[in-house]
Amino acid sequence: MTALVISEHNNDELKPVTLNTVTAAKQLDEDVHVLVAGKDCASVAEASSKIEGVTKVLLIDSEEYEHFLAENIATLVAKIAAEYNFILAPTTTSGKNFMPRVAALLDVSQISDICAVESPDTFQRPIYAGNCIATVKTTDEKKVITVRTTAFDATSAETGSADIVTMEEVHDSGISEFIKEEIAQSDRPELTAADVIISGGRGMQNGENFSLLEGIADKLGAAIGASRAAVDSGFVPNDYQVGQTGKIVAPNLYIAVGISGAIQHLAGMKDSKVIVAINKDEDAPIFQVADYGLVGDLFDVVPELEGKI
Amino acid sequence: MKILIPIKRVVDYNVKVRPMSDESGVDLNNVKMAINPFCEIAVEEAVRLKEAGAAEEIISVTIGTSASQEQLRTSLALGADRAILVESDTELEPLGIAKLLKAVVEKESPDLIIMGKQAIDGDNNQTGQKLAALLGYPQATFASDLSIADGKAVVTREVDGGLQTVSVNLPAIVTTDLRLNEPRYASLPNIMKAKSKPLDVMPASDFGLDIAPRISTLKVSLPPEREAGVIVESVDELIDKLKNEAKVIS
Ligand SMILES: Cc1cc2nc3c(=O)[nH]c(=O)nc-3n(C[C@H](O)[C@H](O)[C@H](O)COP(=O)(O)OP(=O)(O)OC[C@H]3O[C@@H](n4cnc5c(N)ncnc54)[C@H](O)[C@@H]3O)c2cc1C
Ligand SMILES: Cc1cc2nc3c(=O)[nH]c(=O)nc-3n(C[C@H](O)[C@H](O)[C@H](O)COP(=O)(O)OP(=O)(O)OC[C@H]3O[C@@H](n4cnc5c(N)ncnc54)[C@H](O)[C@@H]3O)c2cc1C
Repeated sequence: MTALVISEHNNDELKPVTLNTVTAAKQLDEDVHVLVAGKDCASVAEASSKIEGVTKVLLIDSEEYEHFLAENIATLVAKIAAEYNFILAPTTTSGKNFMPRVAALLDVSQISDICAVESPDTFQRPIYAGNCIATVKTTDEKKVITVRTTAFDATSAETGSADIVTMEEVHDSGISEFIKEEIAQSDRPELTAADVIISGGRGMQNGENFSLLEGIADKLGAAIGASRAAVDSGFVPNDYQVGQTGKIVAPNLYIAVGISGAIQHLAGMKDSKVIVAINKDEDAPIFQVADYGLVGDLFDVVPELEGKI
Repeated sequence: MKILIPIKRVVDYNVKVRPMSDESGVDLNNVKMAINPFCEIAVEEAVRLKEAGAAEEIISVTIGTSASQEQLRTSLALGADRAILVESDTELEPLGIAKLLKAVVEKESPDLIIMGKQAIDGDNNQTGQKLAALLGYPQATFASDLSIADGKAVVTREVDGGLQTVSVNLPAIVTTDLRLNEPRYASLPNIMKAKSKPLDVMPASDFGLDIAPRISTLKVSLPPEREAGVIVESVDELIDKLKNEAKVIS
């Protein structure tokens, strides 16, 4: 019995969400292996080998995996899965993309987005935008699981010393092709790993006004997020969206500015440790989840906050 | 080109559901039901392809109880040409649904299958990917832009870091994200016309597939409540609380 964690990376750096996924894996099995599939990704395997408690790193370095196309990765993982009882990946857009494909190839029901492990076959997962938590038990022998990374602490990535085993596995489906990628370059922390997040909603009125949040983000080392309304209105790009159908975050401090607090937005941030809401409508639902609410016009409050923080 | 759109009947997105008092499931008594919003986006995309002359026929399909006919009729009012209900009274998992959809695909041979990226009730985000795997088709999930040319679909996908564009050979599965389009409302004449469009019903049991659930729900409970917070009167008070009470800034 061994658990396999599919690492998330960009061929260069290991993404921190992998470390949370390893924590979930360790609750299932003592023996945890990490798969690093990509192209020119030896540095990722190196980093993975240092994750505490990981006993083996499988490195598969081949150009078919460079862009993590689901068709190729899923075939690879399903093949390797023969040796494993648990296959886990973080619930990121990448994990969401290929893991159900792995599950179907193995004829098992994936357990999506677990937020707690009760036993090796019983898990908790949020349903209905997190308004309910379901405890589910699977009868599948192989368990294919995606992990809500905000629900598990990160395992240390410094002290481990796993062996790196290089494997040759080529799976090119030939039915899909990568064309291009527009990945935002930013000096700010990633939303899913940030300690502090400041998010803007429709109340920001336009994209330029998001610069009001940048000053505070600079001072606090925060990431910037947004509601769906702000993304749909074109104020900020899609990767800013926090919520049921965007990113799930749980920073130490979440500051919601000009966001009403629809259930779909709350679903993505209500596990934050401390929530601050700034809104001019004292009846806005966001105040029901806020630890500290400030009723006021954001165009007065935000500059003042930036000046004084 | 023929397009298949699998759609799902779900609780309306405005409803805040609660567990039943005995925690045996979600309390769905008297709640408003609707087409899953992502499936609505799928219907809209198919209709736009047809309007642009890229598709000839749109078939909507759902797997569910007889009540799901309501959502199929909505899809017909929005522009689907005909509909199929695979009737099942038991709750199915995405794997079982994907197996049934595969059988429908094999019967109808669509060139393109557009479906929602996730159903807002189960929030599983699995069915499209599983269907693609079972059929051996490529998949383009979380689409925010779709164009068809030369037997391929070119799809821009919303990913965590930004956007990714892929090209997939047809037949393929595309799952919709929020920004793919803004669905229209059905007009009254179209709602009337939809009543006479064909809607076939076939029992799921006729397919003879292993769709038995692998997962059982032991309990459905409320998430941990957040303790009530306070309203602060000024920016100074807010900063003081964050520094000295919550200790999240220094
Ligand atoms: C299928 C589906 C999925 C969805 N997924 C998501 C998701 O993942 N994430 C998400 O966020 N939403 C999601 N939504 C949308 C969600 O339902 C809401 O529409 C959205 O969150 C609203 O965004 P908002 O709070 O910015 O805008 P509004 O609800 O319009 O709120 C704007 C707020 O700004 C305040 N305001 C305005 N001007 C000022 C000012 N000058 N100073 C201070 N306050 C001001 C107003 O009082 C108001 O409360 C989804 C919806 C659907 C149907
Ligand atoms: C409390 C509870 C917990 C559950 N946990 C799990 C679990 O962990 N794993 C699991 O596998 N199942 C689980 N299930 C079962 C799951 O909720 C149902 O399978 C669900 O109806 C289908 O998943 P989904 O709608 O979330 O699919 P998604 O994969 O999110 O749906 C995506 C798209 O697939 C299409 N689609 C989905 N259903 C249908 C349909 N019936 N007919 C036509 N098209 C459809 C639609 O286009 C939809 O937009 C659970 C059920 C309950 C009640």
